[in-house]
Amino acid sequence: MTLRHSFQTALTGLRTHKSRSALTILGIVIGITAIILVMSLGEGAQKLILGQIQSIGAKTIAVLPGRQPKGPTDIIATFTDSLRQKDLVALERKSNAPYLDKLMPIVFGSQNAAYGGETYRPNIFGVTGLFALIYDVYPEEGRNITEDDVRSYADVVIIGSKVKDELFGNQNALGEKIKIKGRNFKVVGILPEKGQLSFLNFDEIAVIPYTTAQQYIFGIKYYHRLVAQADTEDHVPATVKDIQRTLRISHNITDPDKDDFSVQTQAQAMETVGTILNVLTMFLASVAAISLLVGGVGIMNIMLVSVTERTQEIGLRKAIGATPKDILTQFLLEAIILTVVGGIIGIALGTSLSLTISLILSKVLLLSWSFSFPFGAAALGVGVAAAVGLVFGLYPARQAALKNPIEALQYE
Amino acid sequence: MALIDVTGLEKTYLIDDVATPALNGVSFAIEKGEFVAIMGPSGSGKSTLLHILGFLDKHTAGEYRFDGKKIDDYSEEDLARVRNRKMGFVFQSFNLLSRTSVYENVKLPLLYSDLKESLWHERVLEAIESVKLSHRVNHFSSQLSGGEKQRVAIARALINKPEVIFADEPTGNLDSKSGQTIMEILQDLNEKYGHTIILITHETYTAEHARRIVHILDGKISSDKKVERRAQADHFIK
Repeated sequence: MTLRHSFQTALTGLRTHKSRSALTILGIVIGITAIILVMSLGEGAQKLILGQIQSIGAKTIAVLPGRQPKGPTDIIATFTDSLRQKDLVALERKSNAPYLDKLMPIVFGSQNAAYGGETYRPNIFGVTGLFALIYDVYPEEGRNITEDDVRSYADVVIIGSKVKDELFGNQNALGEKIKIKGRNFKVVGILPEKGQLSFLNFDEIAVIPYTTAQQYIFGIKYYHRLVAQADTEDHVPATVKDIQRTLRISHNITDPDKDDFSVQTQAQAMETVGTILNVLTMFLASVAAISLLVGGVGIMNIMLVSVTERTQEIGLRKAIGATPKDILTQFLLEAIILTVVGGIIGIALGTSLSLTISLILSKVLLLSWSFSFPFGAAALGVGVAAAVGLVFGLYPARQAALKNPIEALQYE
Repeated sequence: MALIDVTGLEKTYLIDDVATPALNGVSFAIEKGEFVAIMGPSGSGKSTLLHILGFLDKHTAGEYRFDGKKIDDYSEEDLARVRNRKMGFVFQSFNLLSRTSVYENVKLPLLYSDLKESLWHERVLEAIESVKLSHRVNHFSSQLSGGEKQRVAIARALINKPEVIFADEPTGNLDSKSGQTIMEILQDLNEKYGHTIILITHETYTAEHARRIVHILDGKISSDKKVERRAQADHFIK
């Protein structure tokens, strides 16, 4: 029998058993759609989060007060007041950290802010003029915090878009005064809508000079964080070492295990987050793999039934001259056609669902989400479906093809 | 040289490890162009004999030569090829593909033959015409009466112009009128076209359409006689 006729015979076979073919295809479609959707969304989420971390800049280094826990019994977050002004002075000295380009202390905490009858509780950020440069957020209206503001303990504030909406609604906010902890702060700038960016919602912050924040809002002498930037990405490791050395001298520490501060880089953060996201994606993929497996069991059932209930047909075909090879080819082709059709539909459906979701995320929820097609998942899905279809279609077909024609013909 | 030649043919079925003999040393020969009826009560082994003769089943002992060649020397592929080109089968239960047209059913053996495809269409129509079903070509087999189904099965058996047609109780599921038609066709195929026909039946009247009757009892030939007064059906193929 020529391949063309085998193909036609297989197609005819599938067409005469429409609902069974459709059910088999459905099983394949569900499995493949699920795996593509999950893998594609997982990859998108990973890109989104890593991209956000990256947007803060790979040159950025954060110095945190307190000790990193060394084991489960270690008490964390001791020495939370360890970062002081003398550290700032020491680090700013060029000889201590030659590649250190920008350095900004931060103090933060939430406080009520009031305007007229409205109150809102934003996150207060005490920073310097470098804030906009380091975080890449510039006021949409008004101006930035300046070094003068910092020096003069100025009562000025830049507010996030949500803070503005909550306190002022549609009214003009620039130049108005809001009350934070009993002091009147003049609104000098309003930030554009930014949304959540790397664990920080820029819409819900109020930015003021750190000197004012330390003195009048929080009443502290230390910093919650130092944010630094190396002049180039390549100098990040050296700068980390310079910071550690300088701070140890400043804090009279000789044993690095007794550090009362820790230094983190964006690269480390990305690595950590990347690992977590990978685990998450793998978890989701295994859920999808289970649905693929369930789909596979469906295919398996239908192939078994399909071949068993057609044993008589196989017997007849043998009686009129089909060789075992002809029979096998027919069922092989039937299985291949089912898997290919199911695979194509599954890939198309999974891709379009994933594309739709990513469009909603990027256009409606304004996340910087990018769609990506998971080639590996698609190949895996189609491969598994094909393998299941072939094995469970071919095994009984082979059994039937090798029977004496009369046994197959009289099979009930 | 006889077309079919069996010597000491035996067939034993193993059912739950118990050996059950179905054929117990059958020896006979059938020449080209014969019309033989094999008769016997149910369980006598007549169907088993037909299945072995038609390569649908394998014997367990003895020798079977088809066309002068021992069938042990045929490979699976050879057996399939001989079934396709030299044999035609008509079963009691018709065994047509359901939800498939008369045309496609009759064409089926051609798929496994090496006849040029350009000749198929004409060949199929010719075979359907010979059993007078031209008006049913595109009907599904399920839409036909029992007699018509059996005529489709005969057309399918004829399509490759076989040397021998095996008919296993072809009239068993039919009313007497339809059965008569089937016998007319078989007789015509034998007389006018020289097809060898081997028929299985348990009805004496049906068997008497043949020229020779072989009786099987308990897996052995109990008699092998020429038919003295042959039942002559009207000629179906005029």
